[in-house]
Amino acid sequence: MSLLFKSRDKQSNTQTKPRLLVVYFFMLTIIRQGIHSLGEMWRTPIASLMTILVLGLSLTLPATLYVVVKNVQQVSSGFNDAAEISLFVKEQMSEQQTQTLVKRLALYPEIESVSYISSAQALTEFKRVSGFGQALDYLESNPLPSVVLVTPTSRYRKPQAAQKLLDKLETEREVEFGKLDIEWLERLNALLSLLKESVFTVGLLLLIAVILIIGNTIRLSIMDKKEEIQVLKLVGATNTFIHTPFIWTGVWYGVIGGLVAFICVVLMLWWLESAVSMVAGVYQSSYILQGLNGQELMILLGLAVGLGFSGSFIAVAKYIKEIEPDRV
Amino acid sequence: MIKFEQVSKTYPGGHRALEKVTFQLANNELAFLTGHSGAGKSTLLKLISVMERPSAGHVYINGIDLNAINNRQIPFIRRDIGIIFQNHRLLERYNVFDNVALPLVIEGMHHKHIAKRVHAALDKVGLLDKVKCQPSTLSGGEQQRVGIARAIVNSPPLLLADEPTGNLDPELSMEILKLFEDFNRHGTAVLIATHDLGLIARMKYRSLTLNHGRLMQDPLAENRL
Repeated sequence: MSLLFKSRDKQSNTQTKPRLLVVYFFMLTIIRQGIHSLGEMWRTPIASLMTILVLGLSLTLPATLYVVVKNVQQVSSGFNDAAEISLFVKEQMSEQQTQTLVKRLALYPEIESVSYISSAQALTEFKRVSGFGQALDYLESNPLPSVVLVTPTSRYRKPQAAQKLLDKLETEREVEFGKLDIEWLERLNALLSLLKESVFTVGLLLLIAVILIIGNTIRLSIMDKKEEIQVLKLVGATNTFIHTPFIWTGVWYGVIGGLVAFICVVLMLWWLESAVSMVAGVYQSSYILQGLNGQELMILLGLAVGLGFSGSFIAVAKYIKEIEPDRV
Repeated sequence: MIKFEQVSKTYPGGHRALEKVTFQLANNELAFLTGHSGAGKSTLLKLISVMERPSAGHVYINGIDLNAINNRQIPFIRRDIGIIFQNHRLLERYNVFDNVALPLVIEGMHHKHIAKRVHAALDKVGLLDKVKCQPSTLSGGEQQRVGIARAIVNSPPLLLADEPTGNLDPELSMEILKLFEDFNRHGTAVLIATHDLGLIARMKYRSLTLNHGRLMQDPLAENRL
């Protein structure tokens, strides 16, 4: 394209081409520059390696924290099995009525199993456990109610679902009130969400650090190539042409740094595996450590590329503008 | 080709580099731009290649007012102008071929065409055998010729040279000037800024003389304008 000499386009090779071809050549140039900038990184292997390792390790930390949260969640979901609802039967209900309640409850789709503790059984157990022993014999009547213990199916063991089930069971005619022991579950979940929040915050800080590291690295490389940028501007390079290699470098840093982080996480998990299986063995369970799956790897890489792009984009937008050929 | 109309340039800080400069350079013309150092030669060249903007007046190239060119269009202006520098400004990291190919790569030209044109340009300056050399291994005159090859590789209609012979001995300077004459014969307008008066005297070309930012009367200009 020539602005000054309209006739010049015809004599040179840059004749008016179909638009699709122009886009094709534009993409080709960008890809060519991408490969070229990878080659540039290869020319200074130590410096590139150091930047990549810093990025890799910066990304490893949030990735590891994420894996920790994921595993804790996995383990804690096993704890929910303990969720159990106690239904206290109204005092005036006969033994027969209570038995029909138990049978009816057993047919609920939300309920896995039902067990019944009569007031007499409860008193006996209380005597045995509490240590009051004969003192309780002086009571005129049995003050303890009959209790129906309900274990919900796995779907209804989550705090909210269990609460809903409890509300439903409390509407039963025979039931005085019900009690759901979810306090500790709620505490656990609160702790988990605290953990998640802190992982998120730490992760965010580290990601900002990654942007700054890449931005600074690219800034240094721009300063290093000041002369070259001036010459490029003098021979008619557009800003896009000058910016692209630097942005590519940032993207490459992201890609390789992301892969380094992934490898670090895999190595760490491999290292921890035997320790985890030992702990699991003590608890008589076989727990398998959850790693990063393919989708999460893609997210990690995507994130790393995004960060590389933003970091280099900021540096390029800020510093290349300042380099003009006349300020020699 | 180039027309200056009452062009003044004042740098921030108050230094007046050019004052009401008016001249015209015809198509296919070769002219020298002379004057003491600090007279405004470089500023004048910078105004043509849009490295600087005039404080007042208009610069036209091929009838197009450069004041109307926005910053995004500057690269495309520079693609029509071959610029040669005193310190040749080659990229040390690349070899001669890559240096000369730079303007073509920027234009997004195809590989095959690039090789053909680079070889043609290097052939013109007589350095075809140095294609694979690094610039630092070449002599001063050779480096300057590589710079010239880079400036002419996309056959621009206009060639600007800022002290192209500044660091060279008279014999080499003459050789370089012969090159410019040759390009000029093939239809390129050439403007050479130099303070090498001996060189100018030996050649019968028009010379524009700047003195403290003002253009001195140029006797040959009368019959050309």
